[in-house]
Amino acid sequence: MASTVGTGALTPDRSRAREARGRLAGPALVAPFALFYIVFLLGPLIYTFVAGFFNGSLLRDGFGSWVGFSNYADVLNDSEFWRTLKHTLWFTVLTTIPLVLLALGLAILADRFVRGRWFIRFAFFAPYVIPSASVSLIFMWGVLADQTGLAQDWLKALGVNSPPSWLGDPNWAMWSLAGVTVWWTIGFNFVLYLAGLQEIPRDVHEAAAMDGAGPWQRIRHVVIPMLGRTTTLVTVLQIVASLKVFDQIYMMTAGGPDGSTRPTLQYIVDTGFTDGRTGYASVVSLFLFLVILLISLVWFFLVRRAEKES
Amino acid sequence: MAHTKEGPAATAAPARTEAAAPATRRGYDAEKLFNRVALGVLVAFALLWLVPLLFATAISIRPADEIAVDPASWFTSNPTFAAYEDLFDKGKLPYWYANSFIVSLLTTVLTVVTASLAAFGLSQVRFRFRRGVFLLLLAGIMIPMQVLMIPQFLALQEVGLLNTYWGVVLPQVPNVVAVFVFKQFFDGIPRELIEAARADGAGWLRTYWQIVMPVSRPAVSAVTIFVFVAVWNNFLWPLLVVTDPEMMTLPVGLNSVQDAFGIPYAQLMASAVLGAIPLLVVFALFQRRIVEGIAGTGLK
Repeated sequence: MASTVGTGALTPDRSRAREARGRLAGPALVAPFALFYIVFLLGPLIYTFVAGFFNGSLLRDGFGSWVGFSNYADVLNDSEFWRTLKHTLWFTVLTTIPLVLLALGLAILADRFVRGRWFIRFAFFAPYVIPSASVSLIFMWGVLADQTGLAQDWLKALGVNSPPSWLGDPNWAMWSLAGVTVWWTIGFNFVLYLAGLQEIPRDVHEAAAMDGAGPWQRIRHVVIPMLGRTTTLVTVLQIVASLKVFDQIYMMTAGGPDGSTRPTLQYIVDTGFTDGRTGYASVVSLFLFLVILLISLVWFFLVRRAEKES
Repeated sequence: MAHTKEGPAATAAPARTEAAAPATRRGYDAEKLFNRVALGVLVAFALLWLVPLLFATAISIRPADEIAVDPASWFTSNPTFAAYEDLFDKGKLPYWYANSFIVSLLTTVLTVVTASLAAFGLSQVRFRFRRGVFLLLLAGIMIPMQVLMIPQFLALQEVGLLNTYWGVVLPQVPNVVAVFVFKQFFDGIPRELIEAARADGAGWLRTYWQIVMPVSRPAVSAVTIFVFVAVWNNFLWPLLVVTDPEMMTLPVGLNSVQDAFGIPYAQLMASAVLGAIPLLVVFALFQRRIVEGIAGTGLK
């Protein structure tokens, strides 16, 4: 790791040589990362764009034959694509709302206590570090299983005679998956909010209290407005994460029952890797990318403007 | 656990609001009541959040015949580790642990080195198009890896890296957020420190390795933990790249356990627990660093 430039006094000659090297030093330091970036991010992005104009297949080499915009037309007319997109958006709504509001509420409450905070933080954050495979095993076979699951057992104990089949009933499956996701990922948002709360200066609390504001009023009129930036960040990160949902749905319902929970990312895997239609799947990928980009940008600018106006 | 059982009176030290409590008797009572309710709600949610983990653990140590009689019960009179022993003896679990560890370690080292070098170049060295390069890299945050899996898969297939460690590792190395975290941190290092090293004749690499990296431990550990956890938990990418059971990472292996028909309930829960334990330990050890890391990546 030692540099080739020696130590010692600088002669004019050496400093000129160093300057020339200096001009290359910046690009050289960035180069290793840039190489990975170009090979595994930029290149694939361009490939995806180009591949969409061909009817490529996993089974043969190369792009396949040129088909122009017909993949685009086919995807737009593909009812299954729209159905999976609808599932993806619905999942995003079902998860983002509780994952923002509940995380905010719990963080505000937790911020009032110092002793025992490690326990609260552990309880909410521990699920976040667990692999989705463990989460799926626990919920699919333990908590949400038919007949043997904890959730049905508790409901029966409460006097509900025929509790729903959480993952097997199309009316309940998406709600169950959303619930599991809230359990699994709330810790991340919770910690972001705790950090945001730390940044609120103490004297703001004190000033509000001096004015006679009770705890509830201080939360409503001081704390929540001051967390605006954090809320924007949490919401955008959450929307983007939820639009990319795959793991837990794939493992717990495999998109079922009857395809009622299949998200767009799984549709890409199914058309691209199971059916081997890489050109078609590329176009679906581009559309999903566009949706993610658009929704996060629109949300971002809306919030920016709202923040400026207030 | 014992901590919360002490009840509100013991735990409800209202640290942040204490000073803010108004002097009036009524205000003080409202504050106290609010704290009690807050603590109650918080502890109720925290316990609810722990139920699935505790339940899975409870099931995993119950003997099969007891489970058959009452599957949803928490209690057992003869706890047993039979399910765990079976998984280690008959399954491929040791392979999956080793694979996950190797893959996560390789990715983490490559990411930390390349991202910190790039961030150092972008933060401390003046060169043409520096800002342009930074913006281009930053734009990569917008690109979800998941929509690039088809070309990445085809490329790895082309060069014969399917079912290898490198096939899992390489596409996960370009982590734009890591560059961003390092650059934020490096920007805060006093310029005099860098200039002094440069004036002493240290080259850029030596400045990076001997001056910048040693003072950047918080950033290095935050990125290390984050990349490690993310790679350890990644499911979709290794699912596509690895089909050989002995090359699978833990999440993909666990999923194959679940697919195998007729696995006993206790073993399923034991696999879930075994999948969760390594990262729970990491989290317990580095709780503060992880929390600081999230706060740092997200907000500053």
